[in-house]
Amino acid sequence: MARILAALLAGALFGLGLVVSQMSDPRVVQGFLDIAGAFNPTLMFVLGGALIVSTIGFRWVLRQPRPLFDTRFHVPLSQVIDRKLIGGAALFGVGWGLAGYCPGPALVSLGGGMPEAWVFVPAMLAGGIGYRWWSRRQAVRVENADSATA
Amino acid sequence: MSMWLAGLAGGALIGLSAVLLLWLNGRIAGISGIAFGISDTAASERVWRIAFVAGLLIAGGLALHLLPHEAPREGYSRGVLVLAGLLVGVGTAMGSGCTSGHGVCGLARFSRRSLAAVLTFMITAFVTVFVARHLLGVI
Repeated sequence: MARILAALLAGALFGLGLVVSQMSDPRVVQGFLDIAGAFNPTLMFVLGGALIVSTIGFRWVLRQPRPLFDTRFHVPLSQVIDRKLIGGAALFGVGWGLAGYCPGPALVSLGGGMPEAWVFVPAMLAGGIGYRWWSRRQAVRVENADSATA
Repeated sequence: MSMWLAGLAGGALIGLSAVLLLWLNGRIAGISGIAFGISDTAASERVWRIAFVAGLLIAGGLALHLLPHEAPREGYSRGVLVLAGLLVGVGTAMGSGCTSGHGVCGLARFSRRSLAAVLTFMITAFVTVFVARHLLGVI
């Protein structure tokens, strides 16, 4: 129960932060990405504010033996910079630029009943869930092929 | 409140959310991973993910209505929105993260992988807005 309430609280703070910082407004985000037009630097302050708190906070948290409501920290260990990482990030950047929505602001806009989010979010979920389904299927195939040749 | 002060304050709330989720549950606050993971993880893993997304939807949705903000953007092409949604979904699933997971949590951990992802999506997003807005006039 504690884990669920903690996640609910973290989600709520994140959502509030996105609205306060105006990242929920795709025009502000696209304003930042539009270096050749009416450049709006707000996103830089948002990332700066978030990084000041998270960099200091993470250092303290990761010195603790374990999280309060779990047995260990689930932190990604991979340091591999591969084609999947760069290709995925590149595709994400194109979509982010086109609509001005990344996943957090898109979900917040959905919660606020913004009509654009009702078009964007289903497409985003279809893409994300569809990719994870497809890549798990590929992984099973490779495993089967490996065991067949072994 | 000026734009940059609001940005800094909202950003601090986002950072606080990430620190709390790591401190309490030991998890990284990456929105794409948390949201897409609802579809394919064990039941015990699913519940906290649903709770996080519910908090985001409810608090964010309420704040959008209660805090002063400009009228929602209108008259945007549906085709562009669908294409952009698909690209954001596939791209963040394939690249294991978005602006929150790589941008906030990854950079805070000094992850090389996240720095490479952030630089990549920033560059393609700058180029996309330039081409789509100034050359093609579609956004």
